[in-house]
Amino acid sequence: MSTPVPQVPVSQAPILEARGLVKRYGRVTALDHADFDLMPGEILAVIGDNGAGKSSLIKALTGAIRPDHGTILFDGQPVSFDSPIDARRIGIETVYQNLALSPALSIADNLFLGREPRVAGPLGTLLGMLDRPRMRREARAALSSLGLMTIQNIDQPVETLSGGQRQGVAIARAAAFGSRVVIMDEPTAALGVKESRKVLELILDVRAKGLPIVLISHNMPHVFEVADRIHIHRLGRRHAVVDPRAITMSDAVAIMTGAMAPPGEARAA
Amino acid sequence: MSANETPPRAPADFEKVAIGAQATVATFKEETPSLLKRIQHLLHVHPTAIPALVLVLSVAVFAMAGGQRFLTAFNLSVVLQQVTIIAVIGIAQTIVVLTAGIDLSVGAIAVLASMVMGKLAVTAGVPTPLAILIGVAVGAACGAVNGILVTRFRLPPFIVTLGTWYMVFALNLWYSDSETIRSQDIGETAPLLQFFATAIPIGDARLTYGSIAMVIAIALFWYLLSMTAWGRHVHAVGDDPEAARLAGIRVERVLMSVYIVAGIVCAFAAWMMISRYGSASPQSGQTSNLDSITAVVIGGTSLFGGRGSIVGTLLGALIVGVFRNGLALSGVNVLWQDFAVGALIIVAVALDQWLRRVSQ
Repeated sequence: MSTPVPQVPVSQAPILEARGLVKRYGRVTALDHADFDLMPGEILAVIGDNGAGKSSLIKALTGAIRPDHGTILFDGQPVSFDSPIDARRIGIETVYQNLALSPALSIADNLFLGREPRVAGPLGTLLGMLDRPRMRREARAALSSLGLMTIQNIDQPVETLSGGQRQGVAIARAAAFGSRVVIMDEPTAALGVKESRKVLELILDVRAKGLPIVLISHNMPHVFEVADRIHIHRLGRRHAVVDPRAITMSDAVAIMTGAMAPPGEARAA
Repeated sequence: MSANETPPRAPADFEKVAIGAQATVATFKEETPSLLKRIQHLLHVHPTAIPALVLVLSVAVFAMAGGQRFLTAFNLSVVLQQVTIIAVIGIAQTIVVLTAGIDLSVGAIAVLASMVMGKLAVTAGVPTPLAILIGVAVGAACGAVNGILVTRFRLPPFIVTLGTWYMVFALNLWYSDSETIRSQDIGETAPLLQFFATAIPIGDARLTYGSIAMVIAIALFWYLLSMTAWGRHVHAVGDDPEAARLAGIRVERVLMSVYIVAGIVCAFAAWMMISRYGSASPQSGQTSNLDSITAVVIGGTSLFGGRGSIVGTLLGALIVGVFRNGLALSGVNVLWQDFAVGALIIVAVALDQWLRRVSQ
C-alpha cells in the first residue's frame, strides 16, 4: 500500500499550535518559551536530547500538565486543558508509551474504555446497558480501517496479544472516534524490527485517513522515514524545524545536541 | 498490508535486510498450542469454570460418601440458607477485590447495620422500613469513610479497612450496649426484619426468601459488572489504575462508588442476618470478614484485581457450604472442615497465579 505524501500548503493554518510555553519545576525550567506548530495532515516528528523538554511539551499539549505561561491554540482558538480528558474531548488523542490499555479487558472493551456506548431506550438510559453489538462492530471497523482486522476474536483479552498487536490496538483507539490529532509517544521503542515496521506502516495509514500526527521518537531512522517535518527541541524550546528530505540524520543529531547551528531558514522564530 | 511494496520512503540502510522478511506481525494468528496451554487458555477465558467444576465434584463426592442424608432436597436447601449471608457479603467483597483492594470491615459493617436496624425498630419504636433505611444509610456511610481514606488519603485498602473494622466493631458494642435484641421482641414489634426467613416449601426443601434474594442480588451485580460501563470501569481500575486514568476514567470516583456500594450491600446482608438468626446480636458475624474473602478467592476472583466474577463468588460460597455440610454429615471432626477450607483457598490462589501467566 503506498500512501501519497500530502504536500502541505504553506498558507494553511496550523491545527495545533503553542506559543511561548513556560513550565518550571522549582529551579528547573523544563519549557522556556517553547513554540509548536502542527499542520493539518502532516506527520511532525519531535526529537530532542534527554532533558530537552520534549516530554514536558507533549504533556502540556495533551493536558497532562498545565504550563505556567503561554497559550495553546487548537484550530486557531485558544484552549486550556485541566486533564487529558479535556484534550481528548476536543479531539487530541494520545498513544502513551505504556499504551494505557487494560490487559484483562477485551479488545472491544479497551477501544471504548471511558466512552462506552449504551443501548437506545430505557435499558440504556435507566439501566446503563452497554451496546455490545455496536462496540464489537465499531471495534472491528476501527481495526480493519487500519488493516489490522485479521484479529479472529474481538473479545479476546488484550493481554493475550503481542507487543505489536497491543500497539496496533492503542493506535486504532487513538485514530477512531472522530479524533483530530494523534500524538504518539515512542510508539516503536519497545518493539522489535519487524513489529516496528508494521507500526510505521500504521502511522502512515493513520495519516492517509487525513489525521495529523505528532511523533515523539528517539529512533532517527524511523523519524526520517515517516516524518514530513522534524521539530528539534533543545534547552526547553523549539530550536529548529527541518525538512527530513533536505538534511542528513547526522546533521539533525548535531543540531539537536548543539554541535551544529540549524540552517538559516529552519531557525525557529 | 506488507512493507515490501514501494514504501513511501526508503527504510534506513541497516534495516534493508528486514524488507524481504515477513512483515505480517499483527496477523493475530495462533500456532497450535499444547493441550495444557489450551486448557490454561480456556480457563483464562472462562474463569468460573473451575469453581463450577469443583462444586459439581464435591457434591458428587459427598453424595457418595454421605449417602442418603446429604443429597436430599431438604439438606441442599439448608446449605443454600447457610451460605446466603456469606454470598451477599461476598458480593461486597468481590467488587472491592476487583479494584485490587480488600475490605476487612464488611462483617463489622453488617453487624453494626443490623444493630442499628434492630435497636431503632424494637427499642426506639422507629417504623421498621425507616429503621431499615437508616441501617442502609449507616452501611453507606461506613463504606464512604473507607472510600475517602482510600482515594483522598491514598492509604492502602488493607490498612484502611483493618482500622475501620476495629472502629466499626467498637461503635457497634457501644451503640448496642453489648446487648442482643431478642428474637421474640423483633417478632412482636418488627416482623419485617425477619422477612427473609419466610420459606416456600418445595417438597421437603424449604426455599427461604433470603435464598431467593441472594440469587437476585447475584444476578443484579452480574449485570452491573459485565453489562454496564461502571462494571467495565471497576475492572479497568483494578487491572491498571494508571491506564484507566489515561483512558479517561475517573479512578477516584469509581473507587469511591465501589466502597459505598459495598457498604450498602453489607447493610442488606445485615437485614438477612437478622432474618436468619431471628435476633440481632452484636457478637454475630464475627467470621464473615474472612469467610467472604474465602468465597471470593475460591470463586476465582484474583486478589490482584481486574479479573473475577460475581457468579464465582456464589460458587465459592456454595463450595465452602457443601464442604462444611458434607464433612459434618459424614461424621468428620469439625476441625477438618477448617483444614479443608484452608486447602481450598491455597489451591484456588495457586490456580489464579498459573492463569495469570497466560499473558507471558
